[in-house]
Amino acid sequence: MIAQNIAFGILAASSVLAAIRMVTTKNVVHAALYLVVVLGSVAANYILLAAEFVAVVQLLVYIGAIVVLFLFGVMLTRAKLGHEGELDNDQRGLAAVTALLILGILGYVLVDYFGDDKLPQLNRTHEQLNATRGTGAVGNAIFSTYLIPFEVVSVLLLAALVGAIVLARRD
Amino acid sequence: MFAADPLFSTGIDFGVVLIALAKSIIGFLFVLIGVIFMIWFERKLIADFQNRIGPNRAGPWGMLQTLADGIKLIFKEDLRPDGSDSLVFRLAPYLSVVPAFLTFTIVPIGGIFTGAHQGTVHLFGHDTFLQVADPPIGVLFLLAMSSIGIYGAMLAGWASGSKYPLLGSVRASASMISYEAALGLSVVSVVLMSGSLTTHDIVAAQASGGSILDWNIVVTAFVPFVVFCIAATAELNRPPFDFAEAEQELVGGFHTEYSSMRFGMFYLAEFMNTITMSAIIVTLFLGGPSGPIGPGPDQVWPFFWFLLKLLVFLAAFVWVRGTVPRYRYDQLMDLGWKRLIPISLMWLLFIAGIRIGRDQNWSPVLVPLAAIGLGALTVGLLAGSMRTAAIRREQSDEDDLGEVSA
Repeated sequence: MIAQNIAFGILAASSVLAAIRMVTTKNVVHAALYLVVVLGSVAANYILLAAEFVAVVQLLVYIGAIVVLFLFGVMLTRAKLGHEGELDNDQRGLAAVTALLILGILGYVLVDYFGDDKLPQLNRTHEQLNATRGTGAVGNAIFSTYLIPFEVVSVLLLAALVGAIVLARRD
Repeated sequence: MFAADPLFSTGIDFGVVLIALAKSIIGFLFVLIGVIFMIWFERKLIADFQNRIGPNRAGPWGMLQTLADGIKLIFKEDLRPDGSDSLVFRLAPYLSVVPAFLTFTIVPIGGIFTGAHQGTVHLFGHDTFLQVADPPIGVLFLLAMSSIGIYGAMLAGWASGSKYPLLGSVRASASMISYEAALGLSVVSVVLMSGSLTTHDIVAAQASGGSILDWNIVVTAFVPFVVFCIAATAELNRPPFDFAEAEQELVGGFHTEYSSMRFGMFYLAEFMNTITMSAIIVTLFLGGPSGPIGPGPDQVWPFFWFLLKLLVFLAAFVWVRGTVPRYRYDQLMDLGWKRLIPISLMWLLFIAGIRIGRDQNWSPVLVPLAAIGLGALTVGLLAGSMRTAAIRREQSDEDDLGEVSA
């Protein structure tokens, strides 16, 4: 367990540092790269939790697709090299309020649910872990228990896609 | 992690760590030596295609030419343009080499998959698979690495701070993003038929019957194989889809500004990717190291079959490069989005239908027929809608002619 704790410490520190650099850097592409570090640390945390499928999906979707599209868009539009543009706008206060709100909600949920509980030390075997957190288990959960939320999210994404096309097309 | 490799099943001691380390080093050396061979092989073969002699100075038949080039590259001056972004410029070559090698770690390069062996070999008192790692997420790792490989090309072009590299990297990343979907969809067909994500189980499923008819190329009925090969070629930015570094248009593409070993690393990554992709094709579709076991030491044969299949694909890649002219940019996008993705999506549904039909004991004749009928209907609707859109666009272009060019 000591090794896991050390690894978690390193990952947590790197993701926090990268997150701070991401919002303070003046270069859009550097900001995107710091975001990659943050997301990568989160993926590594999932691996520490033995949730490999979630980790690799994090890699595939966030690092492999979303940030790539960010960078692609930035490169196509306005990322002049050495261009230290004004990346700030006057919505700092709003952003701070939102961040604090999310922190409050998540913190409240965690404290409310776990409180002072000591989590039991589980010494589960590889098969047991696979049965609860493996790819098969995640797939089964998504397509049986959580089918309706999953479909709703899909429709939401589709709506966003159609909306983007409608906004972007000239005719 | 929780690899199913029997190496880790009895707890981890010093010997296990040593074996894991040795496997990583051997895997790395395998790819490196493969690259040295592949560069020579490609130059020699291309020379034959073009009626030239090719490299013939260093070593027998010029085989040491790559080594000589590598040494030359290491000792060259390392230039960095003034206008470049120093950190990203130095980072980019590593970002393309590392994923290229990491993908190879999931390829099983040997092991007998029939009978009691189950793909394991006995080494120094431990049973282990002949692949560096066998993560439960298996082929998803391949897709993740191929999408991370985009960063190398993308950032190299941007960080160089000049226009041809930037154009090259935009082209490279656009084609890689477009073809990733087709690549993933054709992998899913394989996963559906094999019933597992791990490369070891995929090979085991293909080797179980001991005949070519169990290979995924036959089981998934060729279409995913063809789609995967085309998408892999585009993903590798190899000819005929090499417009990312089209010399006539872009000098050298995203690595124009690179020199010395940093350029060498892009070169290395390119050939590593070619070898890895061929190895992945062999693993996913052609049964990996499975094949008949001849006389002599039996563990040598799977390795031999693997190398033979790999060599066929490497030669095929060179052959395609030597014969097919380069695609135009818009043709490539058309092929990716309007042909390959619909085809592989349709084929995926087809295979899923057959799979379900087999599980539920539906009629083995009616299910494929209904699927083909539905597929034809979908293709017809899609083609119709595309034609309608094209006609409408033409009309609207005629309406505001002079304002926007077609």
